[in-house]
Amino acid sequence: MTFLENRRAVGRNACADEYGGRRRAGPPQDIAPLKERPAQPLPSPSDWTFDMIERYHEVIRETAQRFGLDTYPNQLEIITSEQMMDAYASVGMPVNYRHWSYGKEFIATEKNYKRGQMGLAYEIVINSDPCISYLMEENTMAMQALVIAHAAYGHNSFFKGNYLFRMWTDASSIIDYLVYSKGYVARCEERHGIDAVEELLDSCHALMNHGVDRYRRPSKLSLAQEQARREDREAYAQLQVNDLWRTLPRRATSEDETATERRFPVEPQENLLYFIEKNAPLLEPWQREIVRIVRKIAQYFYPQRQTQVMNEGWATFWHHRLLNQMYDDGYLSDGMMIEWLKSHTNVVAQPPVTSRNYSGINPYALGFAMYTDIKRICDCPTDEDRQWFPDIAGTAWLPTLDHAMRNFKDESFIGQYLSPKLMRDFRFFAIVDDEKDSELEISAIHDENGYRALRESLSRQYDLGSREPNIQVWNVNLRGDRSLTLRHSQHNDRPLHETSQEVLKHVARLWGFDVHLESVNGKGETTRRWSVTPPQA
Amino acid sequence: MGAKLLQQIIDRRLSGKNKSVGNRERFLRRHKEQIREAVRRAVDGRGIRDLEKGEDVHIPKRDLSQPVFGHGQGGKREAVHPGNSEYVTGDRIKRPDGGGQGQGGSQASDSGEGEDDFVFHLTKEEFMQAFFDDLALPNLTRTQLADIPEYKSHRAGFVNDGTPSNLSIVRSMRGALGRRIALSADSRRELHEAEEALALLDEQGGKDEVTLKHKAELVERIKHLKAYIDRVPFLDPLDLKFRNRVKVPVPSTRAVMFCVMDVSGSMDESRKDLAKRFFILLYLFLTRHYEKIEVVFIRHHTQAAEVDEQNFFHATETGGTVVSSALVLMDEIIRARFPADQWNIYGAQASDGDNWHHDSGRCRELLIEKILPKCRYFAYVQVAEPEQNLWEEYQRIVGEVPQFAMRKAIEASQIYPVFRELFRKEGAPAA
Repeated sequence: MTFLENRRAVGRNACADEYGGRRRAGPPQDIAPLKERPAQPLPSPSDWTFDMIERYHEVIRETAQRFGLDTYPNQLEIITSEQMMDAYASVGMPVNYRHWSYGKEFIATEKNYKRGQMGLAYEIVINSDPCISYLMEENTMAMQALVIAHAAYGHNSFFKGNYLFRMWTDASSIIDYLVYSKGYVARCEERHGIDAVEELLDSCHALMNHGVDRYRRPSKLSLAQEQARREDREAYAQLQVNDLWRTLPRRATSEDETATERRFPVEPQENLLYFIEKNAPLLEPWQREIVRIVRKIAQYFYPQRQTQVMNEGWATFWHHRLLNQMYDDGYLSDGMMIEWLKSHTNVVAQPPVTSRNYSGINPYALGFAMYTDIKRICDCPTDEDRQWFPDIAGTAWLPTLDHAMRNFKDESFIGQYLSPKLMRDFRFFAIVDDEKDSELEISAIHDENGYRALRESLSRQYDLGSREPNIQVWNVNLRGDRSLTLRHSQHNDRPLHETSQEVLKHVARLWGFDVHLESVNGKGETTRRWSVTPPQA
Repeated sequence: MGAKLLQQIIDRRLSGKNKSVGNRERFLRRHKEQIREAVRRAVDGRGIRDLEKGEDVHIPKRDLSQPVFGHGQGGKREAVHPGNSEYVTGDRIKRPDGGGQGQGGSQASDSGEGEDDFVFHLTKEEFMQAFFDDLALPNLTRTQLADIPEYKSHRAGFVNDGTPSNLSIVRSMRGALGRRIALSADSRRELHEAEEALALLDEQGGKDEVTLKHKAELVERIKHLKAYIDRVPFLDPLDLKFRNRVKVPVPSTRAVMFCVMDVSGSMDESRKDLAKRFFILLYLFLTRHYEKIEVVFIRHHTQAAEVDEQNFFHATETGGTVVSSALVLMDEIIRARFPADQWNIYGAQASDGDNWHHDSGRCRELLIEKILPKCRYFAYVQVAEPEQNLWEEYQRIVGEVPQFAMRKAIEASQIYPVFRELFRKEGAPAA
């Protein structure tokens, strides 16, 4: 039983050997045969009971195993709609530190929900080990079955399999870490006042998106280690800072001359929060720890931000596949099918750009369509597919899908697998908006000449690197006013938003001295500068 | 079966409600100023009677934004959209207004219409908290305020001693019966057995010596037992039960509150606001004590009139001031509609102290002779500094009549302390 695996025992660098370390075997070539057809379908009342959920879960689990889905153990939790809003408000996590913005989120959600302007999501699933899925008590039995298949097997296997999650998150310790951080922030509030902590968190949140490592694996989080090492770390970090800002005069030698020329940091750094945590001169040890907490949590969410289409698509594909399989096997009644299919259809609806309901590309729709399309290419490829996807056309679909789920993020997934047929189905087209031009131009549509350009363009659209401005720590004036200089490298001459001034105030609050931000265009010219002096304490 | 154990469904519904309360508190804390402003406005606009409810608070979106580094308008960008129906490659289209088209619709906040306020509802408790915060006081419930309760005697079960008039005969006799049964049950059983044995011997009619001796013993035993049973007293002091009565303070159910205010030209909006706050506090205080409260608004300049609340606070008039006119009207209303033996009458008068100087003495007489004897309490608040002849005349009442009090309040923050002082419990420290 795959979900009994204890991955902690297998070692830390398991991701190095994709199919070797943790997984005993690759995915099956085809679905395992059904042991025995049920005499009659499962009962289909509209109200769920615990017993009924168990029975459905059992069948879903067996079906998922026949497809070889590899998941963390599941923990299903029944919650009320109010608790769902609670979870919503604290970014979907069961525990989190206190912050006013979560309160605001809750108030907004509650208001919309009570006025009927929005329904709540049917489920929330947490990337933890065991994987926690929330089922809302208001859901009907059919919806609970849908949610179990979607969250507990779809998302769960994605969390366990996708390379980004394996590289950046440690499912076994996240809940512990959140408990720890909640406690730590609460203690800081007691000791240093709510205002001081709130200001600090505000500033950290402003930089959250620029507080992630993109290319290096962070050390694992573990409650025990964190607590044991925190004090050492605080003391040591403070020592380092003191060393960095040592003001004792040195002998004036020629060596000193070169030292002034030396840049700090030697290389530009993109993880602003990390840089601040380690180098901001005036932060207290507890403040550094909070910066670190925000940074760690940002890092935990980083893979989710990069795999929206893939993750939701995968879960949607699998609830669709599993429930259909169960129907074919004789487990589900017709009424059940109609009910969940109705929700499914709503979820994967993609209004066209001309529709009033259009709000961008629906990740559920695109992801679901792509996985379904990959399966189609495997099962019954056309000539076009053979030409575009010679590697996968006509192969077994389960291993192909498994590979696609494991080794990509949205950007590369679309770049690799978006087929001409899908582009035609969605009737995709690309618009270029150039500031220098008075009109917009259609650069590519779903035709023979446009497929590649369209696919590249859509792929770029999901690249976090180009969606978010590229801002790096450029220099610190060590010998002078200790000012920090950030540099924004423009992508396609796109300027920064006007709120940058506000964000910079937060940076200055953390840094404690003047902060400058330069926006540099493709030719290396600085087109705009912002400067902020920190508030005097 | 270990696998089975790992799978579990947990019912979380009963645990962890209101997890977001802490976050909500922080949110309210952060927007104290706006909330205070909203409460201030609400106090202004609301009637005295419907103060105690929640309120919607509007906060401009920009005060709530959490800025992050992001791209602004401009530069060159490409966006892919679904649902092409008319375009071919190379088509050129007009730039739509607002320019947000390029980024897939999530740009509403960039254009002007994103400036909608964030609106949320303050609960009744939070509203009152903010209201009292503004008055610079900790919490209404924590303060000790004067209370003039009426006592009513209530039955409260039975006790073992009391006056003979409260003796409960049924209870006492029931107790006695129980005690008698309890004390004599064993003896009675034995008596019955002995009597049966005696009857049996009589029936058998044996005349031998042993039987006769046994008979004699039984007769002796029966006599002894009967004597014992007779000795159990019919009524013991222990049995006596008395009806217990306790005195319970009962809030009188009906009260009437007279709001008397000077609306002459010298009472400007801020002074009226001050007066309103005082009236509101009095009203809140009364709601804690009475089930039904009538409020009568009397405004006056040279003439007094009974008006509704809207007119009381918001209509402006000019002219001189004759305070006594209001007191005469108040007396008339009491006599006509609120007989003092059925109503708890409270009076609150607010004025800037201006009065036609020949009138002040009459006011004092009116109060002492007609109004104060019927009132539980009469408070005078002057919302301006200068002490004129009305103040001086009123000063003479203080000390003479216990239910009269007067103070000055110049700013909103002084209202509550003044109120608390006025309604301080006799002898209790002004905590």
